[in-house]
Amino acid sequence: MRLIINGEPRVLPGTGNVKDMLDRLGVDHQTVAVMVNGEIVVRTNFETHPVRDNDTVEIVRFVGGG
Amino acid sequence: MSNVLQIGDYTFRSRLIVGTGKYETHAMMREAIDASGTELVTVALRRVNLNNPDEPSLLDFIPENVRILPNTAGCYTVDEALTVARLARAAGIGTLVKLEIIGDKNLLWPDPIATLEATKILVREGFTVMVYTTPDPVLAKYLDQAGAHAIMPLGSPIGSGQGVLDVEAIHRFKHRVSVPVIVDAGIGSPQDACLAMESGADAVLINTAIAQAKNPVLMARAMKLAVEAGRLGFEAGRMPRLAQAAASSPTSGMMALGQ
Repeated sequence: MRLIINGEPRVLPGTGNVKDMLDRLGVDHQTVAVMVNGEIVVRTNFETHPVRDNDTVEIVRFVGGG
Repeated sequence: MSNVLQIGDYTFRSRLIVGTGKYETHAMMREAIDASGTELVTVALRRVNLNNPDEPSLLDFIPENVRILPNTAGCYTVDEALTVARLARAAGIGTLVKLEIIGDKNLLWPDPIATLEATKILVREGFTVMVYTTPDPVLAKYLDQAGAHAIMPLGSPIGSGQGVLDVEAIHRFKHRVSVPVIVDAGIGSPQDACLAMESGADAVLINTAIAQAKNPVLMARAMKLAVEAGRLGFEAGRMPRLAQAAASSPTSGMMALGQ
């Protein structure tokens, strides 16, 4: 499956939902926020929100800032 | 006069808000946060580095009793700021947001029109909105009417360390808005923080002046003391300014000397 994640094309095998995708990427679910095709996915929906071929995904976290 | 800082439903005993950017290490940031006595720190939202997803999380270095204030730094439009604010809330750290929409890249000057529009929307969506704004008292009134929970005029451009260029702006704000006035941006040294507080600011937000000091931990403590001194000075009420001297010692009962 081809995705655009954080602006870069990625090929991930067998990714059905947001949780699967984060697991494949090795990203901790607890510290991130996710947007799929411009739609924010709340954490409680990570396991149910689908990720499909050619979706555009943003995965963000908190960093230092003023 | 209440001795706590009330922002929406959130109460803080410390009147110093600290930014978490520009520290050399997370450990140093943590030490500076501890030394500052702050109960509220700003953070930004950025993409996860997928080539290094195991990077330690900033949040692991923020003490438990300190609340997180996500900012919308880097946003230039209403839509960008709304998306960042909603993403931050989705990350699950409460309703606080520091709304920051920039209209000039070199000055990092707030866009007043976009800021007012975004404030209205975020308030409607239930956010606790702390608004970074220009030192404009009329805009401040509009932001207050729009339901902003704190109004944060810049002292001088972000990261410039120029101090509070227009101290009168703090008085003007305090006389016109009902919510806390927090001087955000430009504070360069403890005297700037003290002056802002003595002039009636309800709090100050400081990042670069601490993070980029030669000794950030020591500076964090200096800022804590400066904010406390300034606040106490404000509550105590300063003496009137006179054009000429007024003797502190009695002017009568002077002995005959040199005769």
